[in-house]
Amino acid sequence: MQEPKMMHLTINGEVKRLNQGMNVTMMLSAMELSSKKVAVERNRIIVPRSEHGTTTLMEGDILEIVHFIGGG
Amino acid sequence: MSPSHHMDFTDEQLERYSRHIILKELGGKGQQRLLAAKVLVVGAGGLGAPLLLYLAAAGVGTLAIVDDDVVDLSNLQRQVIHDTVSIGTPKVVSAAKRIEGLNPDVKVEQINRRLTAGNAAALFAPYDIIVDGSDNFETRLAVSDAAVEAGKTLVSAAIGPFEGQIATFSPHTGDDQPCYRCFMPAVPEGRQETCSDRGILGAVAGIIGSLQALEVMKQITNIGDRLTGRMMIFDTLSLRSRIIKLRREAGCPACGERPMP
Repeated sequence: MQEPKMMHLTINGEVKRLNQGMNVTMMLSAMELSSKKVAVERNRIIVPRSEHGTTTLMEGDILEIVHFIGGG
Repeated sequence: MSPSHHMDFTDEQLERYSRHIILKELGGKGQQRLLAAKVLVVGAGGLGAPLLLYLAAAGVGTLAIVDDDVVDLSNLQRQVIHDTVSIGTPKVVSAAKRIEGLNPDVKVEQINRRLTAGNAAALFAPYDIIVDGSDNFETRLAVSDAAVEAGKTLVSAAIGPFEGQIATFSPHTGDDQPCYRCFMPAVPEGRQETCSDRGILGAVAGIIGSLQALEVMKQITNIGDRLTGRMMIFDTLSLRSRIIKLRREAGCPACGERPMP
């Protein structure tokens, strides 16, 4: 069986190796994060939740997990 | 500055706001806009304290303050608008007293009530800009939904122990513009941690509240780059900041009944 091809991207400032073809939903579940608790930023733009499943990650993407803060 | 602008100010105002009026980006016109502005601030706490002080000092003509809390000794490490002698008195009373001493041009409206989804839209109606410095997610969503309903620009900021987020939401100004609920659709599950649970370094509230005041002044006077549809994220430990673009959420229950761009 052929190994899945890998890609390199930066998540929260750290370079990570992920399978090619992964989307935002797959990345969040691999990180054990709920899309209800965080927002995902890809190359400085928020990915709407309704597009998490259709947004395929690409080699070189810079991703940040944005946590909600509510203090004032 | 044209001579006609001089005529709109008293001698005392010309002196009080001279460092504003001298700015070519702002000028007498910008100062007149500040004096004419009606701003409602939710929360007179860590963010509200520097925010209200700078907006009042700048001569924002009408400042409404919504808060149902009283001043506590543990607030004073960061909530610089309140004094030790004000412990136990309502925050709106304490803040109003300080503002009245700072700048007699400002009309302060004290709203000593808890803001809810039920009362927010009616409270917002008389104001131009809504500013959120509240301390919990439920209030933030209620503020946003009411601002969308009332068609008001919302300048929102939030702080954690060493971090801050600031954004301006203005969905009534364009079909590409998101609301706060597009960013955070519901209160996150699990225990909500506040400044009193997690702690916060006092100056973090000062920095983020001051940036929020700056954004409000830029929105009023239309100068420079503003955070409409964008969020500034500031990590004060690393001193790194970035600005990200926010996007509309299709089917957002608050602002979704508009065509997608």
